[in-house]
Amino acid sequence: MPAYSEKVMDHFMNPRNVGEIKEADGIGEVGNPVCGDMMTFYIKVKDNRLEDVKFQTFGCGAAVAVSSITSEMAKGKTLEEAVKITPALVAKELEGLPKNKYHCSNLGAQALQAAIRDYAKKKGIKIEGLQEKGEEDEEGEECEVS
Amino acid sequence: MGNEKKPGRRVYLDNMATTPVLPEVLETMLPYFREVYGNPQSIHSWGDEAREAIEKAREQVANLIGGEAEEVIFTSSGSEANNLALKGLAQGQVSKGKHIIISAIEHFSVLHAARTLEKTGFEITEVPVDKHGLVDPDEVAKNIKKETILVSVMHANGEVGTIEPIAEIARKVKEAGVLFHTDAVASAGSIPVDVNKLGVDALSLAGNEFYGPKGSGALWVRKRVRLIPLMDGGVQEGGRRPGTENVPAIVGMGKAAELASRDMPKRMEKLSRLRDRLIKGLPAAVDHVLLTGHPTQRLPQNASFCIEFIEGEGMLLLLNSQGIAVSSGSACTSKALKASHVLIAMGLPHEIAQGSLLFGLGVDSNEGDIDYVLEKMPPIVDRLRQMSPLYAKFIKEKRG
Repeated sequence: MPAYSEKVMDHFMNPRNVGEIKEADGIGEVGNPVCGDMMTFYIKVKDNRLEDVKFQTFGCGAAVAVSSITSEMAKGKTLEEAVKITPALVAKELEGLPKNKYHCSNLGAQALQAAIRDYAKKKGIKIEGLQEKGEEDEEGEECEVS
Repeated sequence: MGNEKKPGRRVYLDNMATTPVLPEVLETMLPYFREVYGNPQSIHSWGDEAREAIEKAREQVANLIGGEAEEVIFTSSGSEANNLALKGLAQGQVSKGKHIIISAIEHFSVLHAARTLEKTGFEITEVPVDKHGLVDPDEVAKNIKKETILVSVMHANGEVGTIEPIAEIARKVKEAGVLFHTDAVASAGSIPVDVNKLGVDALSLAGNEFYGPKGSGALWVRKRVRLIPLMDGGVQEGGRRPGTENVPAIVGMGKAAELASRDMPKRMEKLSRLRDRLIKGLPAAVDHVLLTGHPTQRLPQNASFCIEFIEGEGMLLLLNSQGIAVSSGSACTSKALKASHVLIAMGLPHEIAQGSLLFGLGVDSNEGDIDYVLEKMPPIVDRLRQMSPLYAKFIKEKRG
């Protein structure tokens, strides 16, 4: 069993914001089944803020915990603030992740970015700090192992 | 684990990873730590007593597999036995050729030993398996060529339980005059294994797979087959495995072998009954479950499945919170983050293989344990499916 922090276990056992937002303003999908993790993030935006964030995740305990905490961190933030959520911040908020699970924290931040990018594209707007192209687009068959 | 309540019941169903040591085995081992502690190679009564103990164990292990005592080499594990077989037999035959055939579903201790040999100039052919994990004997025979010096196909696969047609494969390999090794780590001590009926030249086994201690293993090598040791510097095990013998572990493995021979029919009857209860019960309790491995030609202690739309580690964590210990071949549960090569070789798509769940039943298991699992599985699966984007997609498509 991987050595998960209490916070990871809490977010895995009681994940926050699970589900789908009907008529979401932005949807981001990352990951692939070869690596074992897939995440879909849904966002609802009101007055430039993330009014609601929900997710669906196929993956390990860390992937679920990362999705859960990322959704919590993002909720209520402005879009500019939300795109500043990095994998390192996610991992820190979870009180650390086992080394071979770092890639899960990347996925959480990427899925959120992808959802915001989807929103920005639909609205034709630019968001400061938003990556033009997500790393997830380049992800091939090789899974990240740190 | 976290703030979760401690479960009321603890159910260990990870006996393919390792079995517990039986009380009788432990009792047999104990004197060899404090009382009979001599080095078996020493020329005095302490040494004699230790040597007699390991020779008795050698007889017991030989009896379990129908071989001769002097053909048994004790090792530290099944993995070491497999490494010694692959590398030692290959080096021993190198003057005849450098081609080795293995199956695609071998344990890493065979697969990676073969890859190491490949780096030093050997040629490796991996024969495929069918959807049940079966190796086709004709496929093996087809790949034998003039330079082939060794074929290694496992007797049974621990992950999916499939028992391979070893006697048939061995016959074809022997007809071609090539050495044949089988990794019987998952099967020896659990089902009848007879080196002569199987017709093999070398066979690996591990004590901790049949209620002996960890750190005990053996390679049986037929007389007059040339084997180059992995290590140098000692006369132990006929010079084929140097290093002061792990006397307590060897004694324990011997006793476990004796008990396995004695109790095998009874154990097999009980384990197959429990296995079939699980194989029948789980797909009835949870939908979209598939049995992996052969439906009938399988180890009595193995029930392995893939649960669709969810991933193995999440299931292990939730089952563990209910006191249930099992394994998975999913990418997330592996250190290398790769799904089980066995499931992939059987043609399962990655997203299905990620839902792998392996139950290894043991002599301490009972019907109550199986029913407890069948009671706990549906809400766990349901909970993970409710978060799964794959399940959401499936439901949407079904609604059309």
